[in-house]
Amino acid sequence: MPSPTPQVTEYKDRDGDVFRVIVPGPDPVFAVDLRVPLLEKNDQLAEANRRDFRKRGILAVNLVSSPGSGKTALLERTLDEFGREVRCAVLVGDLETDCDAQRLRREHVPVAQITTCGACHLDAAMVARGAENLDLGGVRVLFIENVGNLVCPASFDLGEEIRVVLLSTTEGEDKPLKYPPIFKSAHIVILTKTDLAKPLGFNEAAALENIRRIAPGARILTVSSRTGEGMVSWYAALGAALAGG
Amino acid sequence: MAAVLRTAGENRASRVHRIVLRVGSLSGAEPDALRFAFDIVARGTPADGAVLDIDEVPARAVCPDCALEFDADAAFITECPRCRRICGDLRQGRELELSRIEMS
Repeated sequence: MPSPTPQVTEYKDRDGDVFRVIVPGPDPVFAVDLRVPLLEKNDQLAEANRRDFRKRGILAVNLVSSPGSGKTALLERTLDEFGREVRCAVLVGDLETDCDAQRLRREHVPVAQITTCGACHLDAAMVARGAENLDLGGVRVLFIENVGNLVCPASFDLGEEIRVVLLSTTEGEDKPLKYPPIFKSAHIVILTKTDLAKPLGFNEAAALENIRRIAPGARILTVSSRTGEGMVSWYAALGAALAGG
Repeated sequence: MAAVLRTAGENRASRVHRIVLRVGSLSGAEPDALRFAFDIVARGTPADGAVLDIDEVPARAVCPDCALEFDADAAFITECPRCRRICGDLRQGRELELSRIEMS
């Protein structure tokens, strides 16, 4: 920091001794250039979560979608099938209620509800606190079901290894074009409720093309959690991620 | 805001006059919303009344095939204008950072 320019006045007394009075001038404005991410605190906590999960050999999966795209239904079936082979745990975020935690609770799966009391997304601190409430002993996959929202969760890293974005056939083919940041940030995009595609007149090819245009690097899966169609490819993707692929 | 006040403290500044942010067009942050929020969080702090300037960073991507660098602001689709390849290689545009503080 540059020092302020002081005003110096000299006085001489009767004996000829010189006194100097220094009055500091107004502090000059100075600038500091830096590069601090605005979400620095969340990013640091997310990095700490990621290190912690990796150290414990846990694959953290952040599931994001609009409300009602089928995150909970996908997890229910996943826990009943994949979860029998591989020990899983779930953190589930909602504004209020523990309805989803109740739906997901199973004897072989530790589940904790995070109630955000109105907040529209999970952040890394909530996930760290939520994980403390879970018995993660022997757990290989931690599913984090985010608050249903396609906007804010895009900006908040939770410390996950994989971000999965869901799009259901009931939402229309153009959702990826309307909410591009979240789709762009996805490692895997899952088209859900494919059993409804026909009655809805859903154009699957157009939807897949829209996903590809926004998220060219993402793996795309199509599933129906109700009929089980396509679930095997989802489990294979999880298995590959567990194996480090 | 914590970073602004921390930096001011580290530099023994008592007043923050101007803050510059770099905001990428694909960052998901709205400059107007940031300004609105800033005025509220700055109240009663050394940054009260500071000017908030926002440098908007356009999204740019690089084609992995032909190495052409191009604007990627159009609806988030990173399609190379030369070879039509859609790639995900964003060079800039996701920034959301504090880049300069002027204080005294």
